[in-house]
Amino acid sequence: MAAPTKDQMLEMQRRMLRIRYFDERASKMVKRGHIPGTVHTSIGQEAQVVGATMALRDEDYMTGNHRSHGHPIGKGSPLGPLMAELVGKATGVCKGKGGSLHLADFSVGSLGESGIVGSSIPIAAGAALSASVLKKSHVSLAFFGDGAANQGVLYESINMAGVWKLPVIFLCENNQYALSTPAHTVTSGVIADRAAGFGIFGVRVENGQDVLEVFNAVSEAAARARAGEGPSLIEVVTYRFNEHSEGLRIGTDYRDPEEREQWLKRDPIVLFRNYLIAEGHFTAEALDALEAEVLAEVDEAVRFTDESPYPEPETAFADLYTDKEEQFA
Amino acid sequence: MSLMSYLGAIGAAQREAMDADERVIIIGEDVEANVYGTTGGGKSRADKGDFLQMYGRDRIRNTPISEEAIVGFAAGAAMTGLRPIVDLSYSSFLYMAMDQFVNQVAKNRYMFGGQASMPVVFRSAMFYGLNTGAHHSDRPYPMFMNVPGLKIIAPSSPSDAKGLLRYAIDSDDPVLTFEACLLWGSKEEVSDEEYRIPFGKARIAREGTDVTVVAISSSVPEAVAAADAMAAEGVSVEVIDPRTLVPMDTRAILESVSKTGRLVVAEPAHRTCGAAGEISAIVSEEIFDALKAPIIRVTAPDMQIPFSPALEKQMYPNRITIADAIRKVAGLR
Repeated sequence: MAAPTKDQMLEMQRRMLRIRYFDERASKMVKRGHIPGTVHTSIGQEAQVVGATMALRDEDYMTGNHRSHGHPIGKGSPLGPLMAELVGKATGVCKGKGGSLHLADFSVGSLGESGIVGSSIPIAAGAALSASVLKKSHVSLAFFGDGAANQGVLYESINMAGVWKLPVIFLCENNQYALSTPAHTVTSGVIADRAAGFGIFGVRVENGQDVLEVFNAVSEAAARARAGEGPSLIEVVTYRFNEHSEGLRIGTDYRDPEEREQWLKRDPIVLFRNYLIAEGHFTAEALDALEAEVLAEVDEAVRFTDESPYPEPETAFADLYTDKEEQFA
Repeated sequence: MSLMSYLGAIGAAQREAMDADERVIIIGEDVEANVYGTTGGGKSRADKGDFLQMYGRDRIRNTPISEEAIVGFAAGAAMTGLRPIVDLSYSSFLYMAMDQFVNQVAKNRYMFGGQASMPVVFRSAMFYGLNTGAHHSDRPYPMFMNVPGLKIIAPSSPSDAKGLLRYAIDSDDPVLTFEACLLWGSKEEVSDEEYRIPFGKARIAREGTDVTVVAISSSVPEAVAAADAMAAEGVSVEVIDPRTLVPMDTRAILESVSKTGRLVVAEPAHRTCGAAGEISAIVSEEIFDALKAPIIRVTAPDMQIPFSPALEKQMYPNRITIADAIRKVAGLR
């Protein structure tokens, strides 16, 4: 497995920053009422997202979950239409019909998030079936959380992908809480170990705050998939820094403040910045400039959103079917 | 033309589609062994043309018993270049995959602003009237009619089964086809040519002037038999088979009822929120003034399906109950 190039590493940091700044801005916009409903941020989990998406090729497929702004961003989606979608504008990537929970950008292989936990896992596996039958080299990756790891559909999917040796990667983003429920209190055994029961490759990335560790694990899984060796189950241990969703107030302290403090010290973006400087790949000034550049990108995405119109009411009655005459307006 | 059974017609449509387009694949339980008789020859399972030999394991995908994954894989495959035909065997098994049907298959295109298209057909057969008990006898198509984004068809004859299925496979939207096991053996002359029957076009199974009967699935041949019986009593009955429930050919129904002024709706599904209720509501809303008598529904009762033949037989519309309804709506009793 080739080590990532300097350019690739800079791109990793760029995409992690995009996710961080995008979600920080989205969080503010929810609290100020600029974004209707709520959002679930990937703040704290950027290394796990970008390590995985950067290990995929542009044409590869992926599906996400409710905490999924980061996935299309990590895959290279432009920020403007994503932000416009969160606000419900006509220029949104889904024309304002999806919102935060249902982003999708097919132009970068993002086949959609799912507000239903675990529900998009077989969709990713089905995309791998397409690649297999049509003899294409695509790999497909399903992002799901530790909560979805206890949904039955995951195991039906792993089993069927296993017997068919499909080029699919099942990536568990174990941020250790299913909303308020600690994963270890509802999960028997180790998630990654479950791969063994299906005879597929499984690995646990213990340091999911290290973008390179995630990148390496997913790169290896993608190479196996493309070589016809079938699916892999990768469990990445990480932590969400924010509340389950923005603006959510829960009376119970389900997370130990001390635990959160310890994880905040393992900020994936700070860790990678320090690494890039210590290894002599980039100067602090160069990385400062990158941060300013990405911040400007997010400003531009918000400006694009603000200047975009809301969709016309009649567009609510389009896009259900492919043929117009059968739409039930 | 050749004499073809309903089941053979389905097999013929599948074979034509598999030959025409390499993106068409068949996924389902027991499809390799042709257990249900639609992945074998053109006319019956004994005929030549085993699908597995013809198309190979790449395109004939025998699955584990995992309906949720089967439906989800098919949806993902349809969004990325394949055109799967999914054989779910029994309609009652669709419930196992309800999340995928309702939350993914039906919603993805809409939620993603039209980025996705979902060219996939989900076949299943309703095994009612065959003493299989409550877990295999469901006629659940009205539940799915309540989910925007799905197209729902229920062919009642071999010719329709072939043409509608072929059209379904060509459609870029998800189609659920509800076949009636009771009709599998019914035979008629069917064209050997490739043909497609567009959705939203009802078939007038029998022309008449006094009473309209809109019938669905296996209620169609029963309604035709009732119409024959009523002719002897001097009542001219028009039987309309909508064939596709979503989209529904409301115009054909309204035109017929405008002419007759009397409507009976017969279907094997349960009464509450069934297709018969929907059709009755449409007619009442649109042409209330044309009605000469209250609309009558002939449906299965809101009761589970019992096993014993002595108990099950009475549960679905038949030529006697439909004829009784015709007499009533015509003011003959």
